[in-house]
Amino acid sequence: MCRLFAITSQEPLSPMVALQALDVMKEGHDGSGVGLFMTDLGGALEQFRGSPILSGIFTQEGIRRLDRYMMELGLLTKFKFSIRPAKEPPEGTPKRDVYLIRVYEQPSTWEGLTEAEFAERLMKIRIELTRLGEQDGSMMVFSFWPDTIVIKEVGDPLAVAEYLGLDRMGLSARVIMAQGRQNTNYAITLHACHPFFLQGFATMTNGENTAFVPIREYLTSRGFPGYTGYQSDSEVFTHILHYTVSRLGLGIDDYKHIITPLMDGELTRHPDSGFLRRLKHGCRFLTIDGPNCVIGCLPNKTLFMVHDSKKLRPGVAGGRPGIFAFSSEMCGLDRAIPVRDENYEFQPMKYDLVYVDASRKEIRRWNQWEPCIHLH
Amino acid sequence: MEPMGTLHPSSLSPRDLPWRVCWDRNRCSLCGQCTAVCPVRAIELGVHRRREIPVLMNLSERPGNVYSVFYEIDQKTEPAHACVGCGMCSFVCPNSAIFPVRSEEADKLRFHANQGGEPRRRGGRRNDPSSVLDRIKFVRISMLTDPALDAGRHEFELRTLLGRILPPEEILKASDEDGWVPPVREIYPLIVGGMSFGALSPNMWEGLQMGVAYLNEELGMPVRISTGEGGCPPRLLRSRFLKYVILQIASGYFGWDEIIHALPEMKEDPCAIEIKYGQGAKPGDGGLLMWHKVNGLIAAIRGVPPRVSLPSPPTHQTQYSIEESVAKMIQSLCMAWGFRVPVYPKISASSTTTAVLNNIARNRYAAALAIDGEDGGTGAAYNVSMNHMGHPIASNVRDAYLNLVKIGKQNEIPLFAGGGIGKNGNLAANAAALIMLGASGVQVGKYLMQAAAGCVGSESDRCNICNIGLCPKGITSQDPRLYRRLDPEDVAQRLVDVFVSFDAELKKILAPMGRSTSLPIGMSDALGIDDSAAAERLHIGYVV
Repeated sequence: MCRLFAITSQEPLSPMVALQALDVMKEGHDGSGVGLFMTDLGGALEQFRGSPILSGIFTQEGIRRLDRYMMELGLLTKFKFSIRPAKEPPEGTPKRDVYLIRVYEQPSTWEGLTEAEFAERLMKIRIELTRLGEQDGSMMVFSFWPDTIVIKEVGDPLAVAEYLGLDRMGLSARVIMAQGRQNTNYAITLHACHPFFLQGFATMTNGENTAFVPIREYLTSRGFPGYTGYQSDSEVFTHILHYTVSRLGLGIDDYKHIITPLMDGELTRHPDSGFLRRLKHGCRFLTIDGPNCVIGCLPNKTLFMVHDSKKLRPGVAGGRPGIFAFSSEMCGLDRAIPVRDENYEFQPMKYDLVYVDASRKEIRRWNQWEPCIHLH
Repeated sequence: MEPMGTLHPSSLSPRDLPWRVCWDRNRCSLCGQCTAVCPVRAIELGVHRRREIPVLMNLSERPGNVYSVFYEIDQKTEPAHACVGCGMCSFVCPNSAIFPVRSEEADKLRFHANQGGEPRRRGGRRNDPSSVLDRIKFVRISMLTDPALDAGRHEFELRTLLGRILPPEEILKASDEDGWVPPVREIYPLIVGGMSFGALSPNMWEGLQMGVAYLNEELGMPVRISTGEGGCPPRLLRSRFLKYVILQIASGYFGWDEIIHALPEMKEDPCAIEIKYGQGAKPGDGGLLMWHKVNGLIAAIRGVPPRVSLPSPPTHQTQYSIEESVAKMIQSLCMAWGFRVPVYPKISASSTTTAVLNNIARNRYAAALAIDGEDGGTGAAYNVSMNHMGHPIASNVRDAYLNLVKIGKQNEIPLFAGGGIGKNGNLAANAAALIMLGASGVQVGKYLMQAAAGCVGSESDRCNICNIGLCPKGITSQDPRLYRRLDPEDVAQRLVDVFVSFDAELKKILAPMGRSTSLPIGMSDALGIDDSAAAERLHIGYVV
């Protein structure tokens, strides 16, 4: 089962913190892939907070196509990190031309766009770039969003990080999510690596998604162009989160109720039983059937973790004011935050949602039996 | 010599019949029980004269004829009395001296079962034992990352929804504005399909109702039962058990006068209202209760004179424009219960199902769509309708579900599938396959008649005399001499057995797939079949 690690900190951290935490959980992942999501960026990228950042892997031809496409749209490069590895990749990792992190300047014609229009435009560009790149494998785009970097690669997390020189690039972020992949039922592909990202929402998951096909069909039939991809069964968790918060205007507590609803008998005893029963009915096709641990990040940088009732090995949460982490295993937490306030140590179970907002003062816990607060 | 008489074109020998009655002279005690019990009087006591010519040893006496009388069980060969193979003679024979056997050659009776120009009518089911559902396998087993669950110990929630489910956006809007949300029932995914009071004997009906009440009240299984088109006994209409009942209205409107008049006295709302537009066993044909079965009780409940045949028209006669009147009928019935009861149509599976579905999808009062496939059963129909009309359920449900996916309404209109589920005994496997193809639940009738009441009918034309009120097991008869053979308590007990064992088997299918929290509706990646054309048609895996 994949291993997950997420950290949120007042001070920007190197992604190596998360990757080293994954490394100590190596018993649980087989080095078949790594995914890294960073937001609330520090360092050189902090100054470009409102500008969209493109993350992806490109061939030389892909770069040329990208430049042509972006030029036509009037998007100009403002800043970039280009990783062009000179040495041989570690075992299992393919040789790539360019790992790209590029900040774009928005064209003047975009001024006055509403937040929703801006979000839609960025998403459509990402989807179109993905589509163009799929034809010849020249472009693999992971995200195109302000204050967000996503890096994915096949291989062992730490070996890939060292190969790409992530420790030397000066990349840093206040929120970092990382996944070390345990390849099981699905093919080893780049796109199967988590975290997945859509319009500011990111999640990563471990455990197989047994209800994947009906959930995928439900999402793709919502008429929202961003609900696409699904080369991994875990991508639907991100899109359900997006659907819950962005489309329905609900919170992460409702997300918990949607993906892991209370049983019919339990609902009758809940203070919001009427609302929750209807929500369960309406979102029946979004019920996951586990066993899963989902760690996610909202656009407001709130980091959260939930499980379903079949998750026999729940993740752990801990840290101290200013820095908190969620981890598949305790040893990951020990590696990243050796000094912690034990009062914040918590192992959430099937009814629990744990989250840390951008103030990073505490880990907060919400239980499914509590009234709904529509937590954004 | 006497003339042999005239051979009529329909003169048949026992060899020409589908069933021959074998009788063992040495075991028979001539008690006569077999001839008394035979529902079609296929056998009778024969008294025959035997001539013997003894060969004498002495030559003084001349040989001559010796006459004696002997008895045997004779099989009649007139089409009206042809053995139906029910085997009741074997049931009652104290000495195991008699039993029917199928003729080794295709029968000739089939060419003569239309005497007087009346095509053959019968009850039962399509005479074809094959089943695509039986060939579907569950191939997605949780391995490695996610261990399979323990079917015996894990907590399962095997419920489904019956009712129009608003999209989440509209649910939230309705919650904010305190608006109307269509009624939705949380029910067990195996429904007792519509078998009317009239088609079934009172004892059978009572047994099913008692079994359903027990499942709900004692075992906590929210099982629901459809009345079929025949009304509902007045006491049940006024009891708290009505909430377990789906009242069916069909084109004959039988019993609805009584139902409407009972409305003010109802203690509970019914589970739902099912408007039958079609039936899988005889698509495009109306219901038929032949006069044999319309006794005083049935006539009173249905609001008709006794001893007249009750053919329902093929369509609701109030309809001029189908779409318009379907919408109006659904709305009227919703209104009758104050919009608190789900109202849904039931149609026979057809290549036009998706057109119906698209129409239903636009009607916000339509709560679901029940689709009945060609393998459905019936109390009475023309043989040709049963054997040759209709659409298989598997591809029809799949098309309907994928059509809903296409328009994004797969959660709004639950589909219920019926017709041939468990026809070869594989009830849970067939039901699970249909659910994974896209059904929210299944309706089952024949299986319950077989398992809960011992119906001897089969897909190879055994018995099938449900239509004439002579059911040898008392399941579909209105003759007290026949239906008292069936104890309602036993039927209830067997019904409970069926549902409890179904539940265990369903868990045995879902647990290895790691599913327990929600019914795996549309989980088509779990299915495979060893026929590439069927796999392609159903959009499931091809496995060999």
